[in-house]
Amino acid sequence: MTQQTITEISIGDLLNKVRAFKYEGWRLVQICCTKLPDVLELQYSFDKDYVFNSLKIVLKDTSTAVPSVSGIYLSAFLYENEIHDLFGINVQGIAVDYKGEFYRTQVKHGFNQEVQPAGEKSNE
Amino acid sequence: MKFLLMVKSVVKNLVRGPVTERYPFVPKKFFKGTRGQVLIEIKKCIFCGLCQRKCPSQAIVVTKDKKNWEIDRLRCVSCAACVDVCPVKCLAMDTKYAPCSDKRYKDAFNA
Amino acid sequence: MSKRTIVPFGPQHPVLPEPIHLDLVLEDEKVVEAIPSIGFVHRGLEKLVEKRDFIDFTYVAERICGICSFIHGLTYCMAVEELMKIEVPERAQYLRTIWSELSRIHSHLLWLGLTADAFGFENLFMQSWRLREYILDIIEETTGGRVIFGSAKIGGVRRDITPEKLDEILKKIRSYQKEMLEIGSYFLEDSTVKHRLQGIGILSKEDAQALGAVGPMLRASGVSMDIRMMGYAAYGKVGFAPVVETAGDSYARCKVRIRELDQSVDIIEKCVQQMKEGPVEIKVTGFPNGEFFARSEQPRGEVIYYAKANGTKFLQRMRVRTPTFANITPLLSVLKGCQLADVPILVLTIDPCISCAER
Repeated sequence: MTQQTITEISIGDLLNKVRAFKYEGWRLVQICCTKLPDVLELQYSFDKDYVFNSLKIVLKDTSTAVPSVSGIYLSAFLYENEIHDLFGINVQGIAVDYKGEFYRTQVKHGFNQEVQPAGEKSNE
Repeated sequence: MKFLLMVKSVVKNLVRGPVTERYPFVPKKFFKGTRGQVLIEIKKCIFCGLCQRKCPSQAIVVTKDKKNWEIDRLRCVSCAACVDVCPVKCLAMDTKYAPCSDKRYKDAFNA
Repeated sequence: MSKRTIVPFGPQHPVLPEPIHLDLVLEDEKVVEAIPSIGFVHRGLEKLVEKRDFIDFTYVAERICGICSFIHGLTYCMAVEELMKIEVPERAQYLRTIWSELSRIHSHLLWLGLTADAFGFENLFMQSWRLREYILDIIEETTGGRVIFGSAKIGGVRRDITPEKLDEILKKIRSYQKEMLEIGSYFLEDSTVKHRLQGIGILSKEDAQALGAVGPMLRASGVSMDIRMMGYAAYGKVGFAPVVETAGDSYARCKVRIRELDQSVDIIEKCVQQMKEGPVEIKVTGFPNGEFFARSEQPRGEVIYYAKANGTKFLQRMRVRTPTFANITPLLSVLKGCQLADVPILVLTIDPCISCAER
């Protein structure tokens, strides 16, 4: 249906690549984090004239520092606070840092915790 | 620049009278396809439990050996997923909603 | 420098249907900075995907938002269909387009009402919502639900509309279109409303692009960007051009939405004319595998569904980026330099849907 590319890059390349997108006039669409059994994936997505491009970085655990891209795209600060609050990703230097107070959830970093898939549906 | 355009709308509104219905004195009209509450024709039910498995809000409990079919009315989201999967078509969607309640209650049907 | 004051705005406020909190830093009556905080209604629906199988999750996706519920369900289905390589039947595509446009009309009418309410014109508020009620009746008649349509399904749609019914709907909508234009003219031509909206909260084209604005917010600043142009569902076949305004102020945002009402009626008409008989769903077997970003245009702007699956019945990750979330940063830029009295109307012009933004 659509043109869509997902490229895997290393953390060190992140800022340079994002800056290149900015100069070419791409729009930051979203930043999201995916928890996989052993790693965490971050995706930075961009759009220009309906072409979709996504950068993927893979993190071993949450202790790895990730540089903030909010200096390049201001709108990234919301997404970065979100991945910090929900997954506990250590994002360094966010333009507006809520320090974990962005989502007032009962469980901190709730999306980074294991849940047991409900095999048989229970009815309490 | 136009002034007081809105007066037209206000006057129209005064002349037309209310467009709302005087609920609950005048009962609400439902459409033929409105999803209200789930009805069951318990005599036809074969207690296969497919509705229980497909229910996204886990509102239905089917006990095969006791021949019991139970629905938690406040859990039900009226999506009609159970009606679609029922192999003997004993489930149907009423156009009326389930009665209001301040407590959780279950409707049990036994064959 | 004069004395600075911090005024809290929200989470409870007469113009806000949903909780967002803004700390407004004021110099006299002028806002110099605004700091948002959300997270009052975070429901963790994205996490729920790990506990509900991918077919059940359609119902959850529809309940992310109460206004654009159908498009949420539709976009989720599009993401899963792409992962499973499902070709949706043509008639289902058209029905999806019709329902999407109906929800766009009802959402824009709701927004017009709320805006009228925010600038204190209660009668217009009532008139917009009266019209919206007729659209909701059409929706209830065709899908069975008033706001939660429940008609999107992986592999197609759950209900069909008969050709006679379609013609009837079209006739009805045509008559409502006249009323919509009339109400639209009150918004666009009345001098009091113009005073309240024109020149307020200007967002330049460059800013709109750099800050990642989407939807009517972006189009009102002169950028022609509408995800419907990518041609998902049947949008590729009906032929239309995005509604673009160049002024970038609150009035332009209002105008974009009013013109889109008109456009939506035209799209529905074209769909009804082009539709052919045929199946509305196909049987789905197997499990999704892979990752995909599905995009669609909601009344508020672009919505992104990211789905990642590993071939089991539970998706590994489902992420929703709603238009309101993307529009918060442009809102902050618009708020800078405005008067305190204009804050409510500016917050409304992004068409905020906070619980949808927090999922």
